Amino acid sequence: MTSQMKQEPPVQSKVIVITSGKGGVGKTTSAAAISAGLAQRGYKTVVIDFDVGLRNLDMIMGCERRVVFDFINVIQGDARLKQALIKDKRLENLSILPTSQTRDKDALTKEGVEKVLNELREEFDYIVCDSPAGIERGAQLAMYFADEAVVVTNPEVSSVRDSDRVLGLLSSKTARAENADAEPIKAQALLTRYDNQRIASGEMMTVDDVLEILAVPLLGVIPESTAILRASNTGTPVVLDEPSNASAAYADAVSRLIGEQVEMRMESDRRPSLFQRLFGRTA
Amino acid sequence: MFGFSLRPRKTAPKSAQTARDRLQILLAHERSSGSGPDCLPELQRDILAAIKRHMKIDTDAVDIRMDRGDELSSLEINIEFPASQPAR
Repeated sequence: MTSQMKQEPPVQSKVIVITSGKGGVGKTTSAAAISAGLAQRGYKTVVIDFDVGLRNLDMIMGCERRVVFDFINVIQGDARLKQALIKDKRLENLSILPTSQTRDKDALTKEGVEKVLNELREEFDYIVCDSPAGIERGAQLAMYFADEAVVVTNPEVSSVRDSDRVLGLLSSKTARAENADAEPIKAQALLTRYDNQRIASGEMMTVDDVLEILAVPLLGVIPESTAILRASNTGTPVVLDEPSNASAAYADAVSRLIGEQVEMRMESDRRPSLFQRLFGRTA
Repeated sequence: MFGFSLRPRKTAPKSAQTARDRLQILLAHERSSGSGPDCLPELQRDILAAIKRHMKIDTDAVDIRMDRGDELSSLEINIEFPASQPAR
């Protein structure tokens, strides 16, 4: 092997879709954090924006000023993949493939997506696909060739319902679902915007409530955190920003994604009071 | 005056200000027509065609980079040609 940094290089490169159905639950934030986390651990990682027409991953990754060519240009043969990939300035293992701001999702074709993904598989260990919201063409193409799925869910009724819908699509409308010999997509739930205080007061569903309904393994719980807005303001993936509970939770989720056993932590963003700190945790 | 000043202490720039600045620059570029990313494939083709009239180069040997700034943007075009292929 060429690299000794990698802990356990995946035998084959993996395509991971970050999806949710519902919008605004944290797909792009999660795609940015997870891809940066994978790259931090030495894996060659690329993150692709599938939200054609409403490009935003470039802003969250902080490379919006450097976009020249995009995913659609590559699919349509106007640019080579190498030209469209933007190398992250913080992590040399990380690349971003932005999407088009001017086209619509009809510019994506199954054949085109497959060709680009196959080319990326030759160079990268992990290919993270940031799905658009909804369950239309863009979202379906983002998940179609996936090996694994991260379903981003908020502990809230409409988000859980949409996640259930998406889990149904993952197990029926994807390449792995259509191939009887293939293992089904490995789908895991990532709970975001989790608020311990509101759960304690009974206002919000608990992790167990959500998992019982969705019946999928849990990849991680990301607490509601001020760090998320700050990171997107500055165009920094959360795991590369100042340490916070959210960045620690994403780092744990990345560990689980690559197969490590990490205990689930459930901390809220609130700092312990002086009293709590003086007398230790007596939970 | 020693030690004290009435001006507020210099703090790290607030991230909301960063967000505002980034959006202003980006949206100014996106709103102006003709500077969108879709003009670049055409620009690339035109540049290649012009150069090809004078020297032999590979279509794949072109690298275009852009950096959109507040005051000015830069477009960087690198064209590689084999050492054995002197420019005529």
